[in-house]
Amino acid sequence: MINDRFEPAAFVVFLLLFIVVSVMGFVAAKWRKPKTLAHLDEWGLGGRQFGTWITWFLVGGDFYTAYTVIAVPAVVYSVGAYGFFALPYTILVYPIVFTIMPKLWAVAARAGHVTAADVVHGHYGSRALELAVAITGVLATMPYIALQLIGMEVVIKALGLNGEIPLIAAFLILAFYTYAAGLRAPALIAFVKDIMIYIVVIVAVAIIPIKLGGYGAVFAAAEAGFKAKGAGGILLAPAQFWPYATLALGSAMAAFMYPHTLTGIFASASGETIRKNAILLPAYTLLLGLIALLGYMAYAAGVKPATANEVVPDLFRALFPGWFAGFAFAAIAIGALVPAAVMSIGASNLFTRNFWKAYVNPQVTPAGEAQVAKITSLLVKIGALLVILFLPTQFALDLQLLGGLWILQTFPSVVFGLFTGWFRAPALLAGWAVGFFGGSYLAWTDGLKPLHTLVIGGATTTVYVGLLALVANIVVAAVVNLVLMGKMAEAPTSIKGS
Amino acid sequence: MYVLLLLPFIGLLFIPFFNMSEPSLLGFPFFYWYQIAWVPVSSLLTWIVWRAARGGVRHDQ
Repeated sequence: MINDRFEPAAFVVFLLLFIVVSVMGFVAAKWRKPKTLAHLDEWGLGGRQFGTWITWFLVGGDFYTAYTVIAVPAVVYSVGAYGFFALPYTILVYPIVFTIMPKLWAVAARAGHVTAADVVHGHYGSRALELAVAITGVLATMPYIALQLIGMEVVIKALGLNGEIPLIAAFLILAFYTYAAGLRAPALIAFVKDIMIYIVVIVAVAIIPIKLGGYGAVFAAAEAGFKAKGAGGILLAPAQFWPYATLALGSAMAAFMYPHTLTGIFASASGETIRKNAILLPAYTLLLGLIALLGYMAYAAGVKPATANEVVPDLFRALFPGWFAGFAFAAIAIGALVPAAVMSIGASNLFTRNFWKAYVNPQVTPAGEAQVAKITSLLVKIGALLVILFLPTQFALDLQLLGGLWILQTFPSVVFGLFTGWFRAPALLAGWAVGFFGGSYLAWTDGLKPLHTLVIGGATTTVYVGLLALVANIVVAAVVNLVLMGKMAEAPTSIKGS
Repeated sequence: MYVLLLLPFIGLLFIPFFNMSEPSLLGFPFFYWYQIAWVPVSSLLTWIVWRAARGGVRHDQ
């Protein structure tokens, strides 16, 4: 089980931190103890009482995932400036959150909604549209959970452990305390995880450039590296302008449509909590910008990772003592647990409210809802684990890519109703279908790449396919709505005529 | 006041404005420090909008 990269100091630090966090996960059931956990508001939303700081840690821990820490530097290492689109993406997301989410929260809190699909059903009274939003949410979340497992796999391997047993063990522990404590578990663990990640990144961005001769040297080494490779660069090529901008914008619009980010929103104590967080959460974006630069530091440090995903672990192993590398790996692994827990809770809430309650047992009690959601959360996590153990990693990555495209197509259904009463359910459903299936088809024919090249009057422009699908979605919804309104206007006269 | 929230979109989505190395700052090419600088600026703009909206609510009461 152990290979030649094994370092006892790193392993001991890692194991101790993992045990602390696991104990916290189980103890969390007693944190801010409710009268009963046997209610979906308690298990699935932590009692809708999280204030500014808890929400800050929870959403920060949930949105900036372990996979981010691995994948963003990996892309920056591979292609350079283009991978930096994660920064404008995670800046632009907050004006959107500030404008939309307090309204969504207010609607949900007033009516006791737990999911985005609940809100849609409450507003439009359409079971079909509710189901479309719910299925999209679950489909988009499943590969996202699998991605967190990939993040954990990378650091477990970097610790010098072989085989799948450590991964399975870590995930089963996660599954059990999420079952027991619900959203309280990741909310409590997020404190530890986020503080650890902040420490790791601040140390890394302060110490590593000193060791490597300053940021000027880091950028110069990266530039030389890309020149030698003949691909990528530390500035964007003109052909990358549109992909960069559309990926940033599309991702920012999609980010808080996911069940796990919305769970953080619905669990907040008030709209003001969300507004304050839209102002305070960008602190994590600053962190992400610095994390992205780890990809360039690898060039300056002369690290030659076998795969791009190993950039960060290899860099830490090369530049830090064993115990601190262990601390950093624990931060990343724990960083995977928080989003994986919230994602499984978000998916379970959707299943319980918008499938079980809607179709199987409409008379289900709040306690019954909580029980269904708890069991679903176990199944969801086991499903993600099986995907990672038995299917190629690329499968999860491809699905995750489509997941972003899919979830973006729920934006009109979830958001438009908060600002206008103009759209009707059949129109939004038609738009969703065109965006979802048309977008998937385009991505499929482009070889599961997120970009699609348009030819407009001889000029070619390459854009994010999710955003393209969203434009089609909105246009179709508007046109169908106009047609429906035309029919509605005719209807009364025809009744009179008969 | 919500118009202020459009500024980050303008500042960050028009790539030719900032896709350059110079002027660099502390070793960071312009492309990088410019975008990183938008993090606090965007946060500040949101804070201004929030304050203004809160003031409005108080005024109404």
